Amino acid sequence: MVTLAIQVLNSLYYASSLFLIACGLSLIYGVMRIVNLAHGSLYALGAYVTAGAVLLAGTQPSGLVFLLLPAGAFAVAGAGAILEPSLLRPLYARAEEYQLLVTFGLLLILEDVMRFFWGALPLSPSAPADLLGSSSILGTTYPNYNFLVIAVGLLAAALMWAFVYRTRFGVILRATSQDMRMTSALGVNVKRVYVLAFAIGCFMAGLGGAITVPITGAALGMGVDALVLAFVVVVIGGLGSLEGALIGAVIVGFFRTLGINFFPEVELAILYLVAAVILLVRPAGLFGRP
Amino acid sequence: MSAMDPSPVRPGFAGRLRAAALDAVLLLLLPWLIPPYQTILLSYGLIFGIAALGFNLLLGYTGLLSFGHSAYFAVGAYAVALLGKYLHVTSMELSLLGGIIASTIISALFGAVCVRYTRIFFAVLTLALSQVLWSLALKFYWVTGGTDGLRVPTPSLLGGLISGTGDKVLFLSRPYYYFVLVVFLACVAILWVIVHSPFGQALQAIRDNETRAEFVGIRVRGYRWLAFLISGVFTGLAGGLWAPLNGLVTPDIIYWPFSGRIVFLTVLGGFRTFTGPIVGAVVFNYLETYAVGTTVYWQFVLGSVLVVLVMTMPSGIVGTVAQLVPRLKRAT
Repeated sequence: MVTLAIQVLNSLYYASSLFLIACGLSLIYGVMRIVNLAHGSLYALGAYVTAGAVLLAGTQPSGLVFLLLPAGAFAVAGAGAILEPSLLRPLYARAEEYQLLVTFGLLLILEDVMRFFWGALPLSPSAPADLLGSSSILGTTYPNYNFLVIAVGLLAAALMWAFVYRTRFGVILRATSQDMRMTSALGVNVKRVYVLAFAIGCFMAGLGGAITVPITGAALGMGVDALVLAFVVVVIGGLGSLEGALIGAVIVGFFRTLGINFFPEVELAILYLVAAVILLVRPAGLFGRP
Repeated sequence: MSAMDPSPVRPGFAGRLRAAALDAVLLLLLPWLIPPYQTILLSYGLIFGIAALGFNLLLGYTGLLSFGHSAYFAVGAYAVALLGKYLHVTSMELSLLGGIIASTIISALFGAVCVRYTRIFFAVLTLALSQVLWSLALKFYWVTGGTDGLRVPTPSLLGGLISGTGDKVLFLSRPYYYFVLVVFLACVAILWVIVHSPFGQALQAIRDNETRAEFVGIRVRGYRWLAFLISGVFTGLAGGLWAPLNGLVTPDIIYWPFSGRIVFLTVLGGFRTFTGPIVGAVVFNYLETYAVGTTVYWQFVLGSVLVVLVMTMPSGIVGTVAQLVPRLKRAT
């Protein structure tokens, strides 16, 4: 019973961080039909910026360190606002192969940018997680910081939903995703929509990295690992669907916890197989538009 | 390239054959002209040339972008390594045969799943399936050695006629280079015949217009599967050749950035031409070796090259040269 509760919390924690990465990936694909291979690296960039900021702030533990957490998210959103017009905009008219390649090139570049600024050694800014301490759940200690991550994930999902389905810009976003030309003909500045959508997607990825870095730390190559998991999430949920990203993240979080506990050898293989089976049965994913 | 291409001199079949023969003779003589290290480097280039040619049958000729070709390359390489470790096979021909059989099985299987889709879903599905193999290779460490990988001893060639027990550098830079070269030339010839056969023409028809191809009576999915299979087998063959040259097989070659590298070098050379992938593979290999040797930020160099390449010369090295040559000729 106790382990069950802990495992459920663990899967929610995984799901929360996965959702933050995957929903940006899905949003960017949904609006501009680009599969962003550099998305994992943007997540890593968010982790590094926050880690760097927290470590710079010094060893003195104080509540102010929590104010530094969003730094990664905003930095990555800014990077996205620069990258979209400069790298991606010239490629919308071309075959999607080229878009994949440019984002792959961006991945390689970002990897070394992080190496340049923060070095090859992993960073572990655990101050925020240490500050929150841990609480006892049915006799087992569980870090309080994990609750924060789960809360941020849920909050992000709710805000994202409200933003896309309940605001004027959300309507424009959905219209652009359905028919870019028509929306443009109706007088919407599609270029601006693209920049904003890409920046929001980047913000979510950066937030995912920033919020989990006190626990997981920042290391080179983490973006490449994260991307594959985010892929599994969006493939299960459906590329371009927000609900799909949420459900996909919960499914992957659950299977991952299950796998780590019962089949540690094939833990990752199970995830890919689940994704492959879902693609076979429903090629557009659970919530995707075919 | 349209039929109305204004270039006055398009080399005919005889001209191309002569150029190819000249290149082959040059490749035969090279080990006597350049230091052993350069010869070994060239072997890497030729091997990746085979992988890229196989890959390009899908990308350039069938119009399917696979982001999971690391899987077939690795299956070939791991088959050679495992045969050597557990069955003590030293003959290169036998291990290579094993690599071909293994990659045939895996690409037939994965292909049957993947060719149901096209475009981005095809790319994502090939990527997901290749990562299944990656995680298996990583986790079943008692068979595959996990992240440490498997050591691949120097094999013997021609049924033991040339043994690999002597000086390793000498072996790799002379007999093994020629072995690679012969296999490479055979692969180029076979793939050239395939893409110029009715089957190859049908693939290009599918690439250009799937619906029309279907109405002409081409079994689109069956042809795609066959193209996938051939593509995977050639990439697997390259992996098998690569294993003894590298001496070590690790899960890195199944991880998805390795697939990205195969895509990269194909596009670098130009995927709209037959020879582009070969040029791309050799150039990429030198570029990577040079970048790794000069700076720790070699990924930055390669990434920038890729971005600039896609932005400014999307038709690759060979494609760009092919466009420039007639223009220069007219100018002079």
